[in-house]
Amino acid sequence: RFGQLSSGSDMAPDWTMKEVSTGTTIMAVEYDGGVVIGADSRTTTGAYIANRVTDKLTPIHDRIFCCRSGSAADTQAIADVVTYQLGFHSIELDEAPLVQTAANLFKASCYRYREELMAGIIVAGWDKRRGGQVYTVPVGGMLVRQPVSVGGSGSTYIYGYMDSNYKPNMTKDQCLRLVSGALSLAMERDGSSGGVVRLAAISETGVDRQVILGNQLPKWSTA
Amino acid sequence: MERNLIDSQIKGVSTGTTILAVTFNGGVIIGSDSRASIGGYYVSSKTINKLIQVHDRIFCCIAGSLADAQAVTKAAKFQISFHSIQMESPPLVKAAASVLKELCYNNKEELQAGFITAGWDRKKGPQVYTVALGGMLLSQPFTIGGSGSTYIYGYADAKYKPDMSKEECLQFATNALALAMGRDNVSGGVAHLVVITEEGVEHIVIPGDKLPKFHDE
Repeated sequence: RFGQLSSGSDMAPDWTMKEVSTGTTIMAVEYDGGVVIGADSRTTTGAYIANRVTDKLTPIHDRIFCCRSGSAADTQAIADVVTYQLGFHSIELDEAPLVQTAANLFKASCYRYREELMAGIIVAGWDKRRGGQVYTVPVGGMLVRQPVSVGGSGSTYIYGYMDSNYKPNMTKDQCLRLVSGALSLAMERDGSSGGVVRLAAISETGVDRQVILGNQLPKWSTA
Repeated sequence: MERNLIDSQIKGVSTGTTILAVTFNGGVIIGSDSRASIGGYYVSSKTINKLIQVHDRIFCCIAGSLADAQAVTKAAKFQISFHSIQMESPPLVKAAASVLKELCYNNKEELQAGFITAGWDRKKGPQVYTVALGGMLLSQPFTIGGSGSTYIYGYADAKYKPDMSKEECLQFATNALALAMGRDNVSGGVAHLVVITEEGVEHIVIPGDKLPKFHDE
């Protein structure tokens, strides 16, 4: 199950035989009034970068997004299912859905099919009841709400940076700086993360998306 | 569960530790945690010292199999002191690192240990060398190693500056160790730090409850 589509010959490059993966760095932070989410833009098949400008921040509803990591196929399929389920639920309810509902829908799919899936998803958004919220659904199908969450292969390198730089009650701009700083550090160290940094800030008023190109990323003294 | 096993096989067995060495203006700080574990399930020692003095102003710290590391450092300590007596002068840090590298490279099939060598010598001042698992030798202004180091690459890249003062460097090393120990379950215990300068060697031990705390603790 783990990545071999066929036992190809030695002459063929490995990317013809490897599954497409969003080896990735994703991150989401709550602030008072909304959330900031971010992701790198690299999708790999083995050593080949299949897409260097991927958008891993996928809208699920007007004020709810998910950040995808793991198998590209699995996460796209799950996101499509949840988008349908949430859209239907929201029409039934005749009001905007809760972020917690979206997160639970992700959890339901990821847990039920945990043996077949390879998906690590962060669900983040804004709703009227609880404001900005971040829920993480890692591989295996657990669900937990966290004020700040990182995911994907590049996330291991930035736990220390996140722990030392996150403080409760940050402003939206501080969150944007935290996420873009953390993502660029991870992209420097993780071979499966790279490209550009995609950010989105979600609040009551709407979704504000931006892209930070390679030459505009924060620089660090050793890099 | 098999996915986790495959992961650790691919990454190599650099286990159960966080170690680092950082140069500053006038010296170098070498540091480590103090936990020895068996397979990540049992802590066999809470207070092991992973900072081995191989000469007056040269220390090395070990990551990987403790048995291998102890055997190698014992042999290296002997070779370095013999070399120093022959040369009638204190050994260069590079020489000490080279001795470790020779041992690691020539026995690469049997050994599973990586080293960080740090120290001060008259020729080049404070230096840090890494000897990786297969026997590669690399000189760097600072370096981190062990399983806990993956969690602090981002922090170290962001926070390191060349030519720090001793106090800034101590703060950097302490924070880095505390952050790694907070996330890596096979690193923990107390933080051992050794400050090496031309004047001498200072050993600092920071118990777990005195380590810096971060937002969710």
